[in-house]
Amino acid sequence: MSAVTVSDEHAASTKAKVIQPAWVRALHWTNAFAMVLMIMSGWQIYNASPLFDFRFSPSITLGGWLGGALLWHFAAMWLLMVNGLIYLTVGLATGRFRKKLLPITPEGVISDTKAALTGKLSHDDLTKYNYVQKLLYAGIIVVGILIVLSGLAIWKPVQLQYLTALFGGYEAARYVHFFCMAGIVAFMVVHVALALLVPKSLRAMIIGR
Amino acid sequence: MGRMRNLLIPGVDKTLLIRDAVKTMPDLTRRRFISGGASLGALTLLTGCDVTDSFSAEEMLKQVSKFNDGVQALIFNPHAMAPTFPESAITKPFPFNAYYDLEEAPTVDGKSWKLEVRGLVENKKSWTLEELYQLPQVKQVTRHICVEGWSAIGSWTGTPLRDFLKVIGADTRAKYVWFQCADKDGYNSPLDMATALHAQTQMTFKFGDEILPRAYGFPMKIRVPTKLGFKNPKYVMSMEVTNDYKGGFWEDQGYNSFSGS
Repeated sequence: MSAVTVSDEHAASTKAKVIQPAWVRALHWTNAFAMVLMIMSGWQIYNASPLFDFRFSPSITLGGWLGGALLWHFAAMWLLMVNGLIYLTVGLATGRFRKKLLPITPEGVISDTKAALTGKLSHDDLTKYNYVQKLLYAGIIVVGILIVLSGLAIWKPVQLQYLTALFGGYEAARYVHFFCMAGIVAFMVVHVALALLVPKSLRAMIIGR
Repeated sequence: MGRMRNLLIPGVDKTLLIRDAVKTMPDLTRRRFISGGASLGALTLLTGCDVTDSFSAEEMLKQVSKFNDGVQALIFNPHAMAPTFPESAITKPFPFNAYYDLEEAPTVDGKSWKLEVRGLVENKKSWTLEELYQLPQVKQVTRHICVEGWSAIGSWTGTPLRDFLKVIGADTRAKYVWFQCADKDGYNSPLDMATALHAQTQMTFKFGDEILPRAYGFPMKIRVPTKLGFKNPKYVMSMEVTNDYKGGFWEDQGYNSFSGS
């Protein structure tokens, strides 16, 4: 009887220690790799016909020229989409999104933002996301879905014309695609900076605990 | 320098020779693309995976691009029409676009020009412009989408290509209709048969109700609203119905061959 209790306790403590399960880690880093390829090749594609009065430096783009960048973009697209679909399916099916990201209350976001800015936000329990994290992670999932949909809309404006129309037409979909990219890049800057400030979180995303 | 002089064949224009030599050299950006690919290929060797010596990122990307050709052919719906627009939406001026300046655009003499028809067709007779103008024509206002990302709406009038393929008795079970153009480097482009038979794919003779100007491909352009702009050949000289993939000007340089929109 007591032996069972011990093993139960042991199992519980091991379970509690795992902050990021293996599937989350695998999908996270695959996504990071695919995202970087998509963004760098996307910047090269942008340079062929810029929407704004600037171009990205060739040193931070991928593909060398428009044709090369398109090959990278439309190859990494598969990795990003398959990986993203697995993430959404498992995240919804296991209830992870609901458990980890909900609810998001305005009061919670405001108080946690204040705490973060005054350096009072606790990072003792990394299995629980604070409200700022919840908002950012839920938000970036939405942006991720939007960038894929707007990407499909400008890739196939005839075959997927109803999707393109949903974005307000071909030209509008290009802007949506660009601003989603900008949002993701901004997220990545904050995300990486915070991961470096709280090294335990980076460790958890690499080895799980 | 003396040795160089000996190597030159008398009477050869050195400037032209150099220009030709430069043309055969890959441009800097393309070399960067290849060298980047090679180093990524080397990286995969370090992982100990079973990869051949010839493996490179470039080769992998080419394979994925071929896979994407297949996926696009699969999702191509022959009944989906490209959106059409009112005449008020037409982009003015409609941009001239080519890999050369307008001054270098081909000047084709409409009187002596004949459309050559080759390959898997019953009637291989060439067509004069006058004869082509007799065919029933339709007008469409559609969006031209460039591979670079910009787009422009134009008004195009001409004969649906599928009607012409019927007239010449083309074997529509063949895989491609391959076009050759009068551009200085011989602009070729293969069009898959499903797209060639699409109702909006057109042998265009007019832009905005006027005879197709030189800038947009006089005497004939193939307007394909379901493809990106570079798959809309201008200054067309001949078409060939074929089962062979014969490549194209941009396709050979790495643009995805299906490039459907």
